[in-house]
Amino acid sequence: MQLVLLVLSAILVNNFVLSRFLGICPFLGVSKKLSTALGMTAAVMFVMTLASTVCWLVFHGLLRPYGLEYLQTISFILIIAAMVQLVELALQKLSPGLYRSLGIYLPLITTNCAVLGCAVMNIMNESSLLVTAVFSLAAAMGFGLALVLFSGIREVLALADTPRSFRGTAIALLTAGTLSLSFMGFAGLVK
Amino acid sequence: MLVPTVVLSGIGLLSGLGLALAARAFAVETDPRQDRITEALPGANCGGCGYAGCGDFAGAVVRGDAKPDGCPVCDQETRRLVASIVGLTVQDRAPQVALILCQGGDDVAAKKYRYNGLASCASAALLGGGDKACGAGCLGLGDCQRACAFGAVEMTPSGVARIIPARCTACGQCVAACPKDLIKLVPAEATIHVLCSNHDRGPAAKKACAVACLGCKKCEKSFAEDPRIKVADFLAYIDYEHAPDDPALAALCPTGSLVYRGAAAPAAERTSS
Repeated sequence: MQLVLLVLSAILVNNFVLSRFLGICPFLGVSKKLSTALGMTAAVMFVMTLASTVCWLVFHGLLRPYGLEYLQTISFILIIAAMVQLVELALQKLSPGLYRSLGIYLPLITTNCAVLGCAVMNIMNESSLLVTAVFSLAAAMGFGLALVLFSGIREVLALADTPRSFRGTAIALLTAGTLSLSFMGFAGLVK
Repeated sequence: MLVPTVVLSGIGLLSGLGLALAARAFAVETDPRQDRITEALPGANCGGCGYAGCGDFAGAVVRGDAKPDGCPVCDQETRRLVASIVGLTVQDRAPQVALILCQGGDDVAAKKYRYNGLASCASAALLGGGDKACGAGCLGLGDCQRACAFGAVEMTPSGVARIIPARCTACGQCVAACPKDLIKLVPAEATIHVLCSNHDRGPAAKKACAVACLGCKKCEKSFAEDPRIKVADFLAYIDYEHAPDDPALAALCPTGSLVYRGAAAPAAERTSS
């Protein structure tokens, strides 16, 4: 039950993108097409879950026993960067089309604050390994939900007759704001 | 001191080792011809071919998506070399240069308001098409200059862009950068040009700019038959397929929008465009 609530909370109530404003750059950058958004979601899900889990292991297995908590940021970034590099290598081989359409946003997962934020949050909350893995996966799913919703809207928006002064980035940011507003409705669902 | 160093470098080493193994497992084999073509290309990564850079273009040539003579920048010899790497031949083609179809600087062209915004033609063009009274005029904020990877665009003191033909490689980046669509690629040996893009009727064009083409047809009528310069929508066009080469034609133009740039022109005019 606790885990179900955790998942719901991470996806809907405390959505990383729409409520915590983490990971905004791919949210706006790769949300023009649904297929790209799905690819990005898969990449972030892989990186976030694995990186958070490995970070937890490193923190509790290495850093804390030796009193090296101050190395948290640098070692986490090292792990995340390695994970992203792995995804990049795999994507380049397995799906060159997706690799090209993700473009700069793929290596940018390295500095995606959602990924590092998730890893650090798990440590801060003193979560167990199971909770860490579930929460990271759910958080990445929340990120994906926001991205997919937004890309769906933007695909329709691209064909709509937008007033001239609102075209492009302006209407994208307005839509993102409205989407965030609508997610406020979930507040109070889970504490 | 020792423990943190060992821990951190240990993490780094392990990830490095993992990545090295992954790189071997996921290695993407590239066609060796692609590297050879990339080496032969100019390497300016200007994007004039429509691909993200020289490497991307080389890949497209190897796959057969792009023609081996698709690089607008490199010379004929390089095109032949690129084609020979993939076992094809290319036809020679006439070299081109970019040409800016406006000479309405601040000294001759009227302004309709004072533009005080970002120094970029693209943003100035969003405000009622720019500050020039002429709806087609060069805004002079240098978007083409910044787009040019070869330093072939200069800004005149009166605020109009000019191509330096000797440096121009006809890559077409400036053509894409100009929000007013003022830049065209023309045959390099063409000597006579209409340096105006204004389609307004004569009086309106004249009011906006002293060097505008008025559509008076004096140039068109100077040809007894089969005119090489035609006027359509109050603007003269050169038929570059059969470009005329006659300095006397430029003298016919009452506003000076028809310009001669051939060998007989004064040196100062020849270098500007």
